[in-house]
Amino acid sequence: MKVIVPVKRVPDTAGDKVIDADTKTMDRDAGETVLCPVNEFAIEEAVKLKEATGAEVTVLLIGPDGAQSTIRKALSYGLDGAIQVTDDAISGSDALGTARVIAAALADVEFDVVIFGNQSTDARTSLVPAAVAELLDLPSLTYARFMEIDGDAITVHREHEEGWDVVESTLPAVVSVVEAINEPRYPNFKGIMAAKSKPLDVKSLADLGVDAAAVGAGDAAATMYAFEPRPPKAAGTIVTDDGSGSAADDLADWMEEQKFI
Amino acid sequence: MSGVRTDLAPTPTDFLDVRSMLDEQERLLVDTVRDWVGDRVLPDIGDWYDQGIIPAELAGELGDLGLLGMHLEGYGCAGSSSTEYGLACLELEAGDSGVRSFVSVQGSLAMYPIWAFGSEEQKQQWLPEMAAGRAIGCFGLTEPDSGSDPSSMRTTAKRDGDDWVLNGTKMWITNGGVADVAVVWARTDEGVRGFVVPTDTDGFSARPVPPKMSLRASVTSELVFTDLRLPGDAVLPGVQGMRGPLSCLNEARFGILFGAVGAARACYESALDYAGTREQFDRPIASFQLTQRKLVEMMVAVNKGMLVALHLGRRKDAGELAATQVSFGKMDNVAMALEVARTARSVLGANGITLEYPVIRHMNNLESVFTYEGTNEIHTLILGQALTGINAFT
Ligand SMILES: Cc1cc2nc3c(=O)[nH]c(=O)nc-3n(C[C@H](O)[C@H](O)[C@H](O)COP(=O)(O)OP(=O)(O)OC[C@H]3O[C@@H](n4cnc5c(N)ncnc54)[C@H](O)[C@@H]3O)c2cc1C
Ligand SMILES: Cc1cc2nc3c(=O)[nH]c(=O)nc-3n(C[C@H](O)[C@H](O)[C@H](O)COP(=O)(O)OP(=O)(O)OC[C@H]3O[C@@H](n4cnc5c(N)ncnc54)[C@H](O)[C@@H]3O)c2cc1C
Repeated sequence: MKVIVPVKRVPDTAGDKVIDADTKTMDRDAGETVLCPVNEFAIEEAVKLKEATGAEVTVLLIGPDGAQSTIRKALSYGLDGAIQVTDDAISGSDALGTARVIAAALADVEFDVVIFGNQSTDARTSLVPAAVAELLDLPSLTYARFMEIDGDAITVHREHEEGWDVVESTLPAVVSVVEAINEPRYPNFKGIMAAKSKPLDVKSLADLGVDAAAVGAGDAAATMYAFEPRPPKAAGTIVTDDGSGSAADDLADWMEEQKFI
Repeated sequence: MSGVRTDLAPTPTDFLDVRSMLDEQERLLVDTVRDWVGDRVLPDIGDWYDQGIIPAELAGELGDLGLLGMHLEGYGCAGSSSTEYGLACLELEAGDSGVRSFVSVQGSLAMYPIWAFGSEEQKQQWLPEMAAGRAIGCFGLTEPDSGSDPSSMRTTAKRDGDDWVLNGTKMWITNGGVADVAVVWARTDEGVRGFVVPTDTDGFSARPVPPKMSLRASVTSELVFTDLRLPGDAVLPGVQGMRGPLSCLNEARFGILFGAVGAARACYESALDYAGTREQFDRPIASFQLTQRKLVEMMVAVNKGMLVALHLGRRKDAGELAATQVSFGKMDNVAMALEVARTARSVLGANGITLEYPVIRHMNNLESVFTYEGTNEIHTLILGQALTGINAFT
């Protein structure tokens, strides 16, 4: 079985995000970057498939030259190889543009299942997995909190407020996983050492036959008009009891006012 | 020539940007160990310390991470560089010296002698299990009456036909009470020799040392051997004399000179954070000059210690590290860390004496680290002799 895990390089989740005022995009050179933490759950599912079936797992990253350290981090979990698509024209792509590049990269290789994170920790649109499935005309099994592959059949459980859906399809298929699906292991030191000798295939848009005009800021379907930093937290309301138990009433009134009850 | 830049603002937690001196693999390792310590050690270490325990499952987790005997090659070990081993020790000790001690003893004091001096059978039997954390090792050199002068040891191993028979007592043995195998150094007719002793052998017993106020998240035991009978092939065939135990100690001391920097860094960071938020006289205590001096002195000390450690690591990887240079690092980095811990403790005021914050835990731990693996005084005398050619020990 061949598994592909698309992974994203994101700003360190502990640090502050910096938006460039001119381009209205995230300044990805400000501060440390890391492997998107959500992708660790996708990698864990892939590693489990590798352990159970000997699956060959390849990571796929769309990102600039400096992103190799993110690829090595992903490989350190014991994966087999990586594909990186890098091209100046990709810069500024929106979710659809990113999905086009990922779809083209997938169309160029063999695979049985693609395991995405259900979102990224920076842009968080959750659009990419479904868009890729649509572009490749493949079954889309998103928000999986459980997945199982049996022969060429795949089953996922998708949780929602009322319960969960059991979604089945045949392979090849596109899956996105939520963080509740597993508890990712830590990479071990042997995996870290092996990561640097794993093959990395670097491709350009031309290699994939993607028209540079179909991606990047120019062709983005989404336009960023304005951005604002999150306002500082306003001081909360303090309800004081006068000794008669008045606070309970006041609190209930306040909750009603706020339409909490 | 490039000029000095005024537009750069070094981060307070890595002021000299030592991270830039690490390669990608070293950074991945550091980040992984730091993540593990953050997830698995820091949330509970205060409680473990309070109860005087270290959870047994950590051994398997450290094995899964590949940190046990990581600098050894083959037999399930990763074969890392010495610098990588040191960096792992640093990140572990930023959590707690007890966790780092566990890894030092397992890798450098128990696995290393089997790896370096053991027979093929001994290596096959023990190293893969120990690397995985399924078998725990300890190292018995010190005795109740034989500390800084280990060659005065009284434990004996006598030939009886093909067998060896051990008698004696070892003291202050890290992991002793939880070990599956003990590497025991004993006096024989052929000089000091090492023995690989399964702890379920008849005549082996272990009991805790008197209650400790230091290194509480670590098992420290007294081992007693009473007519303990071992087969002839239990001896480590590859070494005779004090060179055996001393070469193990050099490996472990090397890890400690990195580890101490981790403990110091944790104390400094705790103090820096506290000073920025704690207010007295309507101002953060970080705004007082006396506090700033403490913060700056701690930062400088930690960075210098880091540079010493990294330099010695690179020298060891180049095959150029002298044992006396290990003494330099062990002596000075541990003394530095203890000083930083005490200063950090003062910055935290009363909170500094509680287990809510890491500083007094590190401070107390470092008292053990100051003493074990060659006391501060002994390393000073090693260096004194290196400078003057005069032995001031005896
Ligand atoms: C006008 C505009 C300009 C933008 N400019 C930039 C820019 O210059 N640089 C930039 O990086 N972003 C830019 N973005 C953000 C961009 O839209 C998204 O970051 C990106 O398209 C992926 O969407 P997401 O992170 O919301 O993915 P989601 O759909 O939330 O992520 C789901 C999963 O998709 C996969 N995935 C997502 N991105 C990648 C990737 N790059 N490689 C491999 N797998 C991936 C991962 O598995 C992830 O867990 C811009 C957005 C807009 C609207
Ligand atoms: C928590 C802990 C864990 C330990 N784990 C292990 C272990 O796993 N295995 C093991 O074998 N040992 C272990 N030890 C023992 C440790 O190595 C010894 O404590 C150390 O070697 C010092 O010996 P001592 O305590 O007997 O002190 P002593 O040797 O009695 O020293 C007492 C004082 O006298 C000073 N002194 C001694 N000789 C001289 C001299 N010539 N000149 C100047 N000053 C001198 C010392 O520096 C010290 O200040 C551990 C100790 C501790 C505290």
